[in-house]
Amino acid sequence: LASGMFSSLKEKIGEVLLPGDEFVFESEDTIFLTDNVKPERPVCGPGLRQSGNRLVVSKSGVLRHKPPHTFWMDSQQWRYVPAKAETVIGIVTSKSGDIFKVDVGGSEQASLSYLAFEGATKRNRPNVQVGDLVFAQFTVANKDMEPELVCIDGSGRANGMGVFGGGGLLLKVSLGLVRRLLAPQSDIRSDLEQLFPCELVVGMNGRIWVRASTIQQTLIISNLLQSCDTLTAPQRREQFRKLQKGGL
Amino acid sequence: VSFLRRSKFEEGGMMEVSASNNVSLREFGCEQNLLSRPDGSASFVQGDTSVMAGVYGPAEVKVSKEIYDRATLEVLLQPKVGPAGVREQSQEQCVRETCEAALLLSLHPRSSLTLILQVLHDDGSLLSCCLNAACMALMDAGLSMSCLFCGVTCAIGADGDIIADPTAAQEKESRALMTFAIDSTERRVMMSSTKGSFSVQELQECVAVSQKASEKVFQFYRDSVRRRYSKNL
Repeated sequence: LASGMFSSLKEKIGEVLLPGDEFVFESEDTIFLTDNVKPERPVCGPGLRQSGNRLVVSKSGVLRHKPPHTFWMDSQQWRYVPAKAETVIGIVTSKSGDIFKVDVGGSEQASLSYLAFEGATKRNRPNVQVGDLVFAQFTVANKDMEPELVCIDGSGRANGMGVFGGGGLLLKVSLGLVRRLLAPQSDIRSDLEQLFPCELVVGMNGRIWVRASTIQQTLIISNLLQSCDTLTAPQRREQFRKLQKGGL
Repeated sequence: VSFLRRSKFEEGGMMEVSASNNVSLREFGCEQNLLSRPDGSASFVQGDTSVMAGVYGPAEVKVSKEIYDRATLEVLLQPKVGPAGVREQSQEQCVRETCEAALLLSLHPRSSLTLILQVLHDDGSLLSCCLNAACMALMDAGLSMSCLFCGVTCAIGADGDIIADPTAAQEKESRALMTFAIDSTERRVMMSSTKGSFSVQELQECVAVSQKASEKVFQFYRDSVRRRYSKNL
C-alpha cells in the first residue's frame, strides 16, 4: 500500500527542505471494497501543511520522521509559540486577583490560576511572588485564545512542577537545543552527566535553569549549554574533554 | 520618485521573450543567525551592496496596531546615514507587501512581526538586496511561509541592453530601472517597482531575466540553509 508520496517523503528524511517545497499525493483511483482498508495519509507535525492532495513545507529545517506516518520539520528557532501539554519555565510578572500572569517568551503572557498548584485551596493560597520562576504545563494553547498554565497534573499532583529557582541560573537557548536535550536518548545530556552533578530544569520555551554545587560549576555548565548550539558533536566532546582534564 | 505597481504576470498571458541563458549577477553571499538579540537575523551581500536584517516576533502587539485574524508586519528600513525618508518608506512598503504575501500571517493572529533592515552599503540594486536579506531573516526566525521570494534588479541601458543586478554607476547611466520579487514555487512576479521609461517588450524581457536570475538565488538559499543545518543533521 506504500504510495508514491510516502516513498518520496521517506527519501528526504534527514535532508534540509525550504518553505514552498512540496510533495504530491497520488490521486486515489483505487477503490477498496472492504471497509477496513483506509488510504494511508501522513500525519503532519510542525512546519508541514496539508492542502488537498499536496503536502507543503512551511518552515526551513530538517525533515524528521516517526513511524508509522508522522513527519515534521526540525528547525532552529528562538521564538517560542505555546503548544498544548508542553512544559515551560515561566516568570511571574504580576498578581491580579485569582490569577498570575506569567511570561513564557511567547507573543502573549500566559495566565496561571492560584488554584492550579498542588494542595492549593481558596484558603490555602500558594506562596508565589512576582519574579518567581515556575515550571508549568499548558492546558490551553491555541492561536485564538490566551494561553493557560497549570502546575498540577491530571491527578492533582505537582509532579515536578511549581515554583522553583533558589541559587540557580536561568539561561536562554534555541528551541532546537532544548528538544535535543529532552530527547529520550540525548547525547548532550549523557555528555553532561559525566562532567559533574548538577540540577537542570529544561522548558520547551528555550529556557534552561541550572544549579550545580558551586557557582563556578553552574557557570561552566551554562556556558557549555549555550555553546552547544553552534558546535558539532565531535567539537562538543572535545570541549567536554578539555573541561574534564582542566582539573575541576 | 519611483513608480510602484503591484502586478501579477500569468504564465499563459506572457509574451514570448528570449532571455539569454546566462544571466550574470555579482558575487553574492549571506550569513544567517549572526545577531543574538533578534529572533532571526541575516546579512546579505551583493557585490558591494550589503544589508543586515533582523526579525522580532511573533511578539506582543500594540492595541492600536492589532489585527484580529493575522499578525501585524512592520518593516523598518534604516539608511546608512541620516534619518529614513520618503524613498525608504516606499521601499519599506515594497518589502512589506512582498513579505505579507509570502508569510502565513494568519497562524499568529493578534501578534506583531517586526523586520528591521539596516543598509550597510549601497552600491546599486539596494531593494533587491533588502528583499533577499528579508527572506533569509524570516527563514532564520522560523516563521511559517507559503513560499520563499527573492529580489532581482534590472537596469536598461541607454542602448537598450539589460543589466541584471547593476552597480550604482550602472544604475545612474540607465534609462530605466526595475526591481521584481519572484516567488520560489512558480517563479511568478510578486512585486514590481519600476522607474524610468521602457516598452512593454522591455518589461517582459526584464521579467524573464529576473526569473532566470532567481534560479541562482534560490539555489544559493538552499545551499546556505543546508550549510547552516549541517551541524545537526
